[in-house]
Amino acid sequence: MNIVVLLKQVPDTESVIELSDSGMAIDAEEIKWVVNPYDEYSLEEALLIRESRDDVKVIAITAGNEEADHSLKTAFALGVDEGIRIDTSEITDLDPLGTATILAAALAKERSDLVLAGLRAVDDDHYQVPAMVAEQLGFPLISSVNKQEITGDTITCNQTIDGGYVRVEANLPVVLTTQKGINEPRYPNMRAMMKARKRPVTIVSLSEIGLTADQFTSDGTRLKIVSMAYAPERKPGQVIEGDTAAAKAEELVRLLKEKTDLI
Amino acid sequence: MVVTEASAGMFRKVTFELVSEARRLADERGADVTAVVIDSGSMPDVNELATCGADHILVVNSGERVYKSGEVQAKLIHDLVKERGPEVVLFGATALGRDISARVAAGLKAGLVMDCIGIRAEASGLIARKPLYGGKIIAEFAVEGSPKMMTLRPNVAVVDNMAGRGEVTTLTMVEPVPQVRVLELSVDESPKLDLTEADVVVSGGRGMGGPDFGILEELAGLMGGAVGASRNVVDEGWRPASDQVGQTGKVVSPSLYVACGISGAMQHLAGMNTSNCIVAINSDPDALIFKTADYCIVDDLFEVVPAITAAIRKLAVVT
Repeated sequence: MNIVVLLKQVPDTESVIELSDSGMAIDAEEIKWVVNPYDEYSLEEALLIRESRDDVKVIAITAGNEEADHSLKTAFALGVDEGIRIDTSEITDLDPLGTATILAAALAKERSDLVLAGLRAVDDDHYQVPAMVAEQLGFPLISSVNKQEITGDTITCNQTIDGGYVRVEANLPVVLTTQKGINEPRYPNMRAMMKARKRPVTIVSLSEIGLTADQFTSDGTRLKIVSMAYAPERKPGQVIEGDTAAAKAEELVRLLKEKTDLI
Repeated sequence: MVVTEASAGMFRKVTFELVSEARRLADERGADVTAVVIDSGSMPDVNELATCGADHILVVNSGERVYKSGEVQAKLIHDLVKERGPEVVLFGATALGRDISARVAAGLKAGLVMDCIGIRAEASGLIARKPLYGGKIIAEFAVEGSPKMMTLRPNVAVVDNMAGRGEVTTLTMVEPVPQVRVLELSVDESPKLDLTEADVVVSGGRGMGGPDFGILEELAGLMGGAVGASRNVVDEGWRPASDQVGQTGKVVSPSLYVACGISGAMQHLAGMNTSNCIVAINSDPDALIFKTADYCIVDDLFEVVPAITAAIRKLAVVT
């Protein structure tokens, strides 16, 4: 059984994000990149499935330039069997449809029984690539999963929905997106990380998967960034003084009544 | 076209916000607003959609009136969009809205901007504003091609009383055969205010010291709000994952956010820093949350929160 995990690397949450000189992108220089937290759940789930049976190969796949190799090295350190990067360094504008087209073309070359991806990537929160990959491959999509079980060629999942969950089943292969709560991702130890650094990533060119960079010009993208700006900063707040907790609470309520219509 | 969402026989608040937003866009472009209601069991009063601007209300009947998965709803919406060719399709940025819209966009190869905080029409087309990088950056996206699809975050658009023509049409469609079969549904049917739609959110962090959020529930209940939690609290198992506010949880934008015993890590701020008014209560004067709050109380939350509840109650008695 082949499990493919779609990986994306994103800025660490604590990173300070600076805009580039063009103002249309972020300055990638100072950023610490990490595996998208929702993809960590996918990696962990793939490894858990491999540990529970003896016929599983786990392949991590990403699209990007050589910077993106870092996420694959992390995947190596965690124990994936293969790491593939589709080299997209010739492409300047990739929207979710473009990324999904590339990943789906790469997946079409591999036999995959289960494709795992994070529900969302916390950098751009587009929430679309897994659905688009599923559509292009003709696989069912099971989104926002926090529990799964495979029996024969059937997968049963608990899918989180607003206000509860729904238990569903489908025949493999499927694309499944992982939601928080599905597992507790392991973290790589230093030694595994050192070893992973030396392990080569399989680099696949666009032409090897039947695509060309010309297909991904800005004319073809559906989403174009027209401006980027820093979010407005909040003004410094007011410390509420008072001798007792009760006095502070009363002062707060007075202020809220005066300045808002909530009370 | 607006894709509506209902639970327990009521439209969700974000549905009215979407219809209002669609009305404003339609008026600028001389277009009509169509609201689609997929009949999946508890039918809300569809005429309510006319009060905030729907011209056409399409009630879609297909198969039995039971829970319809994102996959089934997406197939119905896909066919409707293909048949009617709307210029713009709006959804709520809810779990269901995001699921359906991503599937429809995938099927139509359409441009979809998720989690918008504003949409405006320009001569060149539609521009959608959306936060990136946990809200540190706000980007504007132009959406190319047709239809242009967007999901809008709850609590960002104003609901206006702008009457639409409100013509109700019932449409019978063939129930699509899903690839993913539903075995069992487990949802809380009691009408509960969703965190993302609440006007007041009272959240607790590690400072709560345990799973007893009673004092927060009391304050939230009094103000007609909902209770949230920080990541630490969810990781500790004190509250369910669905209560988590933050970058890997829900993004809320209420009129009032009360952070109790929350340190204010970047990942938490990503989930609440667009709230209109933020109150922080923490015994640590150096807590980062105080840099984001409008009103800061440095004290023991177990004394302050009940005192706030009492002070509001007292006010209610006086006035």
